[in-house]
Amino acid sequence: MAQETRNAYGEKLAQLIVENPNIVVLDADLTKSTKTAEAKKACPERHLNAGIAEANMMGMAAGLAASGKTVFASSFAIFAAGRAFEIIRNSICYPHLNVKVCATHAGLSVGEDGASHQSIEDVAIMRALPNMRVYVPCDQYEAKAVIEHVANNDGPCYVRLGRGKVEDVYQEGHVFDFSKVDVLHQGSGKVVLFAMGLMVQEAIKAQKALLEKGIDATVVNVSCLKPLDEKGIEKLLSSHSLAFTLEEHNVIGGLYSAVSEVKGYTSVTTPIVPIGVYDTFGESGKAADVLKKYGLTAENVVNKVLEKI
Amino acid sequence: MNKEELKAHALNVRRNVVTMVYDAQSGHPGGSLGAADIMTYLYMNEMDINADNVNGIDRDRFVLSKGHTSPVLYAVLNEKGILNEDIHTFRQLGSNLQGHPNMNYVAGVDMSTGSLGQGVSTAVGMAIANKMDGNDHRVYALVGDGESEEGLVWEAMMAAAHYNLDNLCIIFDLNGLQIDGKIETVMNPLPLDKKAAAFGHHVVVIDGHDFDQIEKAFEEARKTKGKPTTIIAHTVKGKGVSFMENNAAWHGSAPNAEQYAMAMEELKEVK
Repeated sequence: MAQETRNAYGEKLAQLIVENPNIVVLDADLTKSTKTAEAKKACPERHLNAGIAEANMMGMAAGLAASGKTVFASSFAIFAAGRAFEIIRNSICYPHLNVKVCATHAGLSVGEDGASHQSIEDVAIMRALPNMRVYVPCDQYEAKAVIEHVANNDGPCYVRLGRGKVEDVYQEGHVFDFSKVDVLHQGSGKVVLFAMGLMVQEAIKAQKALLEKGIDATVVNVSCLKPLDEKGIEKLLSSHSLAFTLEEHNVIGGLYSAVSEVKGYTSVTTPIVPIGVYDTFGESGKAADVLKKYGLTAENVVNKVLEKI
Repeated sequence: MNKEELKAHALNVRRNVVTMVYDAQSGHPGGSLGAADIMTYLYMNEMDINADNVNGIDRDRFVLSKGHTSPVLYAVLNEKGILNEDIHTFRQLGSNLQGHPNMNYVAGVDMSTGSLGQGVSTAVGMAIANKMDGNDHRVYALVGDGESEEGLVWEAMMAAAHYNLDNLCIIFDLNGLQIDGKIETVMNPLPLDKKAAAFGHHVVVIDGHDFDQIEKAFEEARKTKGKPTTIIAHTVKGKGVSFMENNAAWHGSAPNAEQYAMAMEELKEVK
């Protein structure tokens, strides 16, 4: 099945807000898009609209969290991580307040709205904040698990969610462990594909295509960018001769950087090839067309692997 | 507490403000001295906060949105007997008394502030939480006049009225000066009273050094239902130290030994 991760978020949040009387949800005039409208329907008295004022939404979130609430604050990634960045930094992360920034419409897959709305730097920005934890779930099941996980763990979190439908990677009932990267397929030890978000699905497709060409690539889902499973990544890097990072994000500051940092900290020498947005803005178009143009497809991953191997 | 006692505490607050900035050779004396009377009144007579309830949130709370005037907050907490820190360590390595206040380091600091505009926004969140929890606790926020040039202040003002936060009292410290000079010259935020009223607040304009007027304003704020109250407090930046008064140069600079001695001489007794 295919489902939007933002839909999974909306569904899960609607459940949690009823179960947990401590949860307050904030949105900035995008409740239907971010899907917090579901939580509003379930519990209107604990869903607040901040209006088109993301900075103030984050400030209000901080004040609510300082009053003991577990706060979910949602907008598009570009406004949540972008517009409200410094409020998240100084009023949420610095005092370590219990705010979950759940940002939807991240990446180029926003599609038609174009570059102004396609956040390609949010993971980089959020990853650089002390006290912040960063999650990028790849499908509906993982998205729901991430939301439950952050709801039950104190402190600031950033969750990156997508607009479009993505194929299921996991199945209902899967038990997630966000302290570890998830090896979805163990290959031969030659090539390892580290992927985050919707590129996990592309990595799986690429793995199948590569297998037909005699290359058995390992596929790894990196959904918790921070705190990063550095040991797991180090082990995977050292047990493979060539690594690729796949991300719907600028290659500066995102998954490529995170994996490269592990390489830098350790004695691993495995080359790492970035597949992502190469420090450029996106553009309008159907999501699939934009992703294809910017090389965020299984086909391009296969070509890159064949080219570099 | 009567007016004479308030004045005595405010004098101590001012002496400690100047001492902290002098010891650190860093900090913001002007705005701290200007806000000393309002802050003294708030903590001594207005807010439900004391050494017994300070570690929880089951009480009134205060947000120093103009976080750079942390010396006045630390000095008032000290005066109230709830500061567990050595004021002489202000701004020094390893001290809990950070240049801009950190809520996790100092008992009685209700929000980490320093980046202008954010404190008032967080105060809105606190007031909403109090409403949700059905308690009677009040939230106070002190905002600088220069700070009101930040758009976020007005986003917060709008939200405060939208959510009918009559448990929230915002105080604009109108001393007319910011780092680069007169507020009207740098970027005129005036008239603050008309703006606050247009944003749906009950507005009270007072002399921020007159304890009778301060008392009446907070009383009026408590009695005002259905909307937040904004108090526009006319103050003198640097109040109490003649050479610092109305001089933007003392926004963020420390006195030398001679100036410190002069200041302490002027702050010897209640005038």
